[in-house]
Amino acid sequence: MTDLTRLTAAELAAKIHSREVSAVEVAKAHLDRVAAVDGAVHAFLHVDTAGALAAAEAVDKSIAAGEAPASPLAGVPLALKDVLTTKGVPTTCGSKMLEGWIPPYDATVTRRLREAGVVILGKTNMDEFAMGSSTENSAYGPTHNPWDLDRIPGGSGGGSSAALAAFEAPLAIGTDTGGSIRQPGAVTGTVGVKPTYGGVSRYGLVAFSSSLDQAGPCARTVLDAALLHEVIAGHDPLDSTSLNVPVPPVVAAARQGATGDLSGLRIGVVSEFSGDGYQPGVLRSFEAAVATLEKLGAEVVEVSCPNFTYALPAYYLIAPSECSSNLARFDAMRYGLRVGGDDPSLDAEQVMSLTREAGFGPEVKRRVILGTYALSAGYYDAYYGSAQKVRTLISRDFTTAFEQVDVLISPTTPTTAFRIGERTADPMQMYLADLCTIPANLAGNAAMSVPSGLSDEDGLPVGLQIMAPALADERMYRVAAAYEVARNDAEGGAQIHRVPDLAAGVR
Amino acid sequence: MTTDVTADLLPYSDVVERFDPVLGLEVHVELHTNTKMFCGCPTQFGADPNTQVCPTCLGLPGALPVVNGKAVESAIRIGLALNCEIAEWCRFARKNYFYPDMPKNFQTSQYDEPIAFNGYLDVVLDDGEIFRVQIERAHMEEDTGKSLHVGGATGRIHGAEFSLLDYNRAGVPLIEIVTKTIHGTGERAPEVARAYVSALRDLLKALDVSDVRMDQGSLRCDANVSLMPKGSTELGTRSETKNVNSLRSVERAVHFEMRRHAAVLTSGGEVIQETRHFDESTGSTRAGRRKETSEDYRYFPEPDLVPIAPTRDWVEELRATLPELPWQRRRRIQQDWQLSDLELRDLVNAGALDLVAATVEAGASPDEARSWWVAYLSQQANTQGIELTALAITPAQLARVIVLVAEGKLTNKLARQVVDGVLAGEGDPDTVVEARGLVVVSDDSALLTAIDEALAAQPDVAEKIRSGKVAAAGAVVGAVMKATKGQADAKRVRELVLERCGQ
Amino acid sequence: MPTISRDEVAHLARLARLAVTDAELDLFAGQLDGIIQAVAKVGEVAAEDVPPTSHSVPLTNVFRADEIVPCLSHEDALAAAPASEDGRFRVPRILGEA
Repeated sequence: MTDLTRLTAAELAAKIHSREVSAVEVAKAHLDRVAAVDGAVHAFLHVDTAGALAAAEAVDKSIAAGEAPASPLAGVPLALKDVLTTKGVPTTCGSKMLEGWIPPYDATVTRRLREAGVVILGKTNMDEFAMGSSTENSAYGPTHNPWDLDRIPGGSGGGSSAALAAFEAPLAIGTDTGGSIRQPGAVTGTVGVKPTYGGVSRYGLVAFSSSLDQAGPCARTVLDAALLHEVIAGHDPLDSTSLNVPVPPVVAAARQGATGDLSGLRIGVVSEFSGDGYQPGVLRSFEAAVATLEKLGAEVVEVSCPNFTYALPAYYLIAPSECSSNLARFDAMRYGLRVGGDDPSLDAEQVMSLTREAGFGPEVKRRVILGTYALSAGYYDAYYGSAQKVRTLISRDFTTAFEQVDVLISPTTPTTAFRIGERTADPMQMYLADLCTIPANLAGNAAMSVPSGLSDEDGLPVGLQIMAPALADERMYRVAAAYEVARNDAEGGAQIHRVPDLAAGVR
Repeated sequence: MTTDVTADLLPYSDVVERFDPVLGLEVHVELHTNTKMFCGCPTQFGADPNTQVCPTCLGLPGALPVVNGKAVESAIRIGLALNCEIAEWCRFARKNYFYPDMPKNFQTSQYDEPIAFNGYLDVVLDDGEIFRVQIERAHMEEDTGKSLHVGGATGRIHGAEFSLLDYNRAGVPLIEIVTKTIHGTGERAPEVARAYVSALRDLLKALDVSDVRMDQGSLRCDANVSLMPKGSTELGTRSETKNVNSLRSVERAVHFEMRRHAAVLTSGGEVIQETRHFDESTGSTRAGRRKETSEDYRYFPEPDLVPIAPTRDWVEELRATLPELPWQRRRRIQQDWQLSDLELRDLVNAGALDLVAATVEAGASPDEARSWWVAYLSQQANTQGIELTALAITPAQLARVIVLVAEGKLTNKLARQVVDGVLAGEGDPDTVVEARGLVVVSDDSALLTAIDEALAAQPDVAEKIRSGKVAAAGAVVGAVMKATKGQADAKRVRELVLERCGQ
Repeated sequence: MPTISRDEVAHLARLARLAVTDAELDLFAGQLDGIIQAVAKVGEVAAEDVPPTSHSVPLTNVFRADEIVPCLSHEDALAAAPASEDGRFRVPRILGEA
């Protein structure tokens, strides 16, 4: 019998909709897989067995009644990052602060998934409040990379990327503030997409940095990501920054790309993203990808985006500033953790301070303090104000670049997955993981990571980042799908199937 | 804290002799939109606690704000009515500080980019003088929740054991209207402050944007006061008095603060820049808790909301919706009714303008309506110790009485009895007329009987009339009126008397 | 010379309502100093004539109609409260007014 967990979302949907298998069977297969391997991977913070089976059953009933599937993904299981609210299902954001919090409302992404008949298996692990690049900042312990359990699965959405690579779910949702979808995608050999800012509603996405946060699809294939993209995207009147325009035709673009022809397309290589600090194997993988794209008919040129080197410092001012304000609401008054509440000698302010001290981990505190500093009256212009100007310069670089080329490419991240614990003592070292991904967050345009083989020196996955102009998300899907087919053909199969057999390992 | 004691205050006459007061007034107005500033929860006053809340106004993780378009419209209309410029582009900012009644621990407010700025409001003082108050800005923000302090001194924040929070009010749209510093009021500073808030209240009422109930907190005033020694041009240190919840309190608070500042300054002390709270019962202010660290609100543009850029067409559309504003109305009424400045002032000071206008609207002549409200009814209100508006007679009822007089169905004397009857709760004018039997005797034969009796009783007067001394008829008319208990139409009586005497 | 002192970090932690320990203060002061020196690089290109970008989407005038939307039920509103009483959130005593 086919192992249902090894199939793509598109294949599963086809089987479910043709009643070859039931959605319940598919859900059970994945829940069983989670039970078997998640002890070692720790991708999930909460598995919603009852909710998943009920959702699957509803899909089966509807199909049995002859109704058209609610969406092309109806009945397909998904792992949801624990930063999106789920009514009646715990949402912790990887923080002790929200341990046991059960939201009274669904995020718009959650609602769209439910309405599309997507089966939500549970909530995935993440760096606390999405702050981190390794998922080591989760208050509930790190997630392990299925390619090598001693290594990080990327962050902040390491639970989502690991769930895909461990075949616990064919689809996942991530959120990307500085690379939290793409970098985990790169280091786990999966596909991760940050749509154009405003393309997917942020309502119910627990804010880290509001002007940068964007939820997006994670999958093992480009087509699966596109299918999920179309389920979650679209205008939402509950999010003021949501774009009231048609969803870019990403599924059609992925199918077109899969025909393997990129002739007429101009691709720019960002010249700033190479050299010192880049792992040689990553650069070699990138060069091979460039050669493949040229073979597919694309014209590849080098493009300079000089201000991209200021993206990382600007990000580490803007994101902490916004987070210092966004996280102020965790104050022990209305929900979440309360420390010292039983001591009548303590006043509200003291209880707030004790609770925030106990409820937040070191990375969150570090960023809250940094953001408080950057927004202070005396420093605002030098730090936050200047960072906002850098945003303008980066947008201009993108604009200039996209006048010359259709998409830009770079390695997704300078190195392959590092070892758990390797960078925890040095925040600046950790921050470098997002070097290449941050510009697209600052400018708000679309970007994705697609697996580009394994690094020749350590055998770990490398990601190819493709960046497109705002609202031209379909361009990068076309390129990614073409590249994916070419690479699979060259390697004789999908790279993801080279993940070590975890089940064998843990049994 | 000796300066908190009234005995240590400088006498007011000394204060104004030695110092020039400078005022700054900040008024918060709750809009009476159906829903809150950033979410669809209702804004009804007095609902059960925490029944008008949602993820957004409770500050739940993940929830987002969306601006209430009606609130923006109201803000622009207020700005236009205050003669302000309307920003072509403005944003909301976050004002960051921790306080349990603020669910997100930041207030979403327009910081340095208010929607309306640079305006003025002409304020009519008690003697009719117009004082122009310059407006710095009118900006949008959200209200906070309400806290109840339990234990210790009841309801007081000091000594409370714990607090209870209700977030129904959190997120209700507020417009904050801030004046520029107000100079040149001299001894009239407290009066100007009161008159400004009063004028603003009338304006907001005319715009129909707020309930403007100071007692319910839908209009709140913070008064900044500082003193400059006469001849100085350097601003003194100001205090900001909060919780000033009635027009009278605004006046009293400014009065008190001027005397307190003066006492501090003349004794060689220094006024501390601080927040103070007005105590209605004593008419004094007390210092708020001093903060350990100076507050830094770390403002930055609200990333969850996009900028507001009112098109000029939209602004003009809104300008066209402005109702007749209080001062425009006064000018029109003065013209329509042909009033002198003095007459208009008396009318305004008596608080009778709206009542007279409504009475005229209901069919009475302006002169009669004005005369009734400013004279007889003002006396009645005075006697009862209530506001004119609180009298138990409506403009429509009074108009009916005036019409009855004009139609000759009531004399002036009877009209007063009818009004007294209405005031006493006996019902509508027509009901009172009927119940009290107050009808003008218009039956000539009945009048002639009375006239003949009167003429017979005063033969010498009758003779004078017959001989052409028409003026003597007054005595006969008086006697007839007395005999008919005032229910006769004096004019008709006079005609008949003259007729009877061959004139 | 460090760009940020230990005292300054302590002040910021107070502003942010974080009851940090002495050990954390030592750690954070060192780390933040390094981070601030690195991020200060933005000043190199943030020239006077460059307008700041606060929103990456070019949207304006996004408004909601003034129509009532169902609220949370009273139970749901208070369900996550650490403590409640009389339909209100019960919190430790509040000192002073903001």
